[in-house]
Amino acid sequence: MIRIEPREMPSKWWTVGIPIMSALVAILLAAIPLALAGANIFEAYTQMAKGIFGSTFAFTEMLTRATPLIFTGLAATIAFRAKLWNIGAEGQLYLGAMAAVTVGTGLIDAPSFILIPVILFAGAISGAVGMAAPTYLKTRFGADEVVTTLLLNFIIIIFLQMMLEGPLKDPMGMGWPQSEPILENGILPQLIPRMRIHAGLIIALISAGLVHLLLSKSIWGFKTRAVGENAPAALHAGINVNRTFMGAAVVSGAIAGLAGVSEVAGLRGYLTTDLSPGFGYTGIVVAMLAGLSPIGVVISAIFIASIFVGADTMSRAIGVSSYLADLVVAISLICVLIGGFVARYRFIRTNKVNA
Amino acid sequence: MKNTQVLSLKNLSKRFGSVVANNSVNIELYRGEVLSLLGENGAGKTTLMNMLFGHYLPDSGSIDVLGNDGQMRKLVLGHPQASLDAGIGMVHQHFTLAENLTVLDNILLGSEKLWAWRHDRNKARNKILKIIDRTGLSAPLDEKVARLTVGERQRVEILKALYHEVKILVLDEPTAVLTPQEADALFENINSMTKDGLSVIFISHKLREVLKFSNRIAVLRHGEKVGEIATSDANERVIARMMVGEETIKNPRDKIQLGNPILQLNEVSVKGDSMRTSLNRTNFTIHENEIVGIAGVSGNGQSVLAKLISGLIDPDSGDLLIEGENVEYFSPNGMQSLGVGRIPEDRHHDGVVGAMSVAENLVIERLQDKDVNKNGFLQNRAIKENAKALIEKYDIRGPGIDAKASLLSGGNIQKLILARVFECKPNVILANQPTRGLDLGAANEVARHLLEARGRGAGVLLISEDLDEILALSDRIMVIHNGSLIETVNKDREVIGLMMAGEKI
Repeated sequence: MIRIEPREMPSKWWTVGIPIMSALVAILLAAIPLALAGANIFEAYTQMAKGIFGSTFAFTEMLTRATPLIFTGLAATIAFRAKLWNIGAEGQLYLGAMAAVTVGTGLIDAPSFILIPVILFAGAISGAVGMAAPTYLKTRFGADEVVTTLLLNFIIIIFLQMMLEGPLKDPMGMGWPQSEPILENGILPQLIPRMRIHAGLIIALISAGLVHLLLSKSIWGFKTRAVGENAPAALHAGINVNRTFMGAAVVSGAIAGLAGVSEVAGLRGYLTTDLSPGFGYTGIVVAMLAGLSPIGVVISAIFIASIFVGADTMSRAIGVSSYLADLVVAISLICVLIGGFVARYRFIRTNKVNA
Repeated sequence: MKNTQVLSLKNLSKRFGSVVANNSVNIELYRGEVLSLLGENGAGKTTLMNMLFGHYLPDSGSIDVLGNDGQMRKLVLGHPQASLDAGIGMVHQHFTLAENLTVLDNILLGSEKLWAWRHDRNKARNKILKIIDRTGLSAPLDEKVARLTVGERQRVEILKALYHEVKILVLDEPTAVLTPQEADALFENINSMTKDGLSVIFISHKLREVLKFSNRIAVLRHGEKVGEIATSDANERVIARMMVGEETIKNPRDKIQLGNPILQLNEVSVKGDSMRTSLNRTNFTIHENEIVGIAGVSGNGQSVLAKLISGLIDPDSGDLLIEGENVEYFSPNGMQSLGVGRIPEDRHHDGVVGAMSVAENLVIERLQDKDVNKNGFLQNRAIKENAKALIEKYDIRGPGIDAKASLLSGGNIQKLILARVFECKPNVILANQPTRGLDLGAANEVARHLLEARGRGAGVLLISEDLDEILALSDRIMVIHNGSLIETVNKDREVIGLMMAGEKI
């Protein structure tokens, strides 16, 4: 029998060593399917490293991939801190993107310094509403937000398909279900010429800083943490628990909405139903990996984006199936999550005893 | 038979970081005896019992238990199953019941094989009914635990241990929630069971019970055993001196002239989960400079009354007046701003946010105050200064102001809550089970603060199941039974005990 108990005082070496160990284990484990596919392991990992650090282009691509994950990771972090289980960041991301193309494709025309904030604001509001609605149902009727937010994702994506076939459809789009492109003035500026990396990253980093500040230094954050850690005690102490849930929901949804705006106005320029390959769900992994720390979210988003981009590059460069890349990503995530668990808990082996 | 040793703790030591919880403790237990384990909060009683029960692994020392073959055997340490198999049962101070299961399921939990094809529940039920018959520990077997009162839950815990046919039963504060009569009945039954060979380790702070029911008393202080005495040689003073190292000071209560009415309930009715836990057309008045004690068995309307005055629920009918003003809007915040200080019944569940720091918990009720909240941001320096001052003033002992509140012992958590409540100088104080599970030192501290508040003109509503406490502190006593309050004429503990059981006097 094995018992698991939390480590009381994890040592420095342990907390630093475990993530490195788990990364090494991940590399070793991922080598097995690569070898079975007939790839040269050394070559594969070299290509993977090149895909992340090999060039300015590779590095900026990785950061571009990390940008939406920072947003969705933050969205999950805030909600989860209040023990509000927002599984709907994916839907809120699309709501934000939809609001961005609704406002930004000609509804209003203004110079960049007005139009960009307007688009960001519209996306944030839209995402916030997307999370506020299920939270209202939770606080008013006790509807489980895990179910409502998860199912809303599908409703929102189908709604988006409908809109892209209808009112939002680009008349010049050769019949493809895609929106009109966002006006030139509404596009987030590029950070480096000829690279895809855009100002969304800056907004994401600022958001992370703000969320950190809010959670640790503000009364709002105090209330959010208190409700998340012990709602009955918070209630007894005079904290309005429902209002705190709603506050966390609005901020969480707004940041998820910004992920959508950032993708559509920073990267794609127009909206399709494949804007996000599950950024909303990956955000949950990012947040958990970061131990629900907003600053940690930035690091874990960059880590996960590195694995994604590196594995992608590797599979293309050495000509193995792209499914192998997904496999590498999955193995890495599992290893790091197990590593995080091992770092926090210890396993005690006990012998089976008979009376 | 008395001389057969059944348990021997040898040189047990346990440290948590730099804190020594137990230092080389030796304790023997003989067949058929009741051994009382006494000590202040944080003296190491619970740690010692957790090692016995396999929840903690001792740093050094060993435990011998009498086996079925009559030989003393070394117990495999740090392994609850081994302790269970050796016939050691424990009733914890904090309940370990699954709220969404029935009483029957909770009792069977852990004794059934997970993958058994079918469970012979009728056989189990009959066995439990027999135990209930024998001990008088009644509990509704098919009710979900979530719907039970604290007192009933405690009884389920004891039943659960008895169901496991334990040879050594550890009771951690078992009578905290029982009426004196129920407690007496429980101990009579335990006494009769000890005649069948059960050995009991009994942890309590109630000296009266300890003196009445145990055969031997062992006293722990600062993690070490400081004394052992046969109960026949002991009296309250002797034990108290052993526990705290000095004689306890009785709280002097001087007569004070009552002031104006400060809390009034007029025909207040509140629906609870059942008739029994509701409040029916309640009338009472508390004046300035007055402590009113509410005696009663848990689950007779106390929690509804406490929730009402805490601002957590609205009355269905009737009026509640504070300083003569009708309360229109019920909320915890509203009650605070009307000058109501609230000490909650379950200090871990409702009193503190365990994962947040001591400093944060000290200001959690004052988030609107200017020294805490400046433009929506926490004034961390002021919060820390406040914490430092209060830790000093209220003698809150723990790893420091930035440590999680959950790291504090029960008594120190209560001191934290006292600091929070009394620093606001409340006019009305709701003290709900303020000394449950506390040692003498901490309990005296609570009493001192309540009397001090009374002295400066506050009105105190003291809800307690500890009749000794109510008798010692209250100016007037009311008994609550089935949601109705009856004022007592005198302070006769037998009479009050009968009223608590619903007898019309």
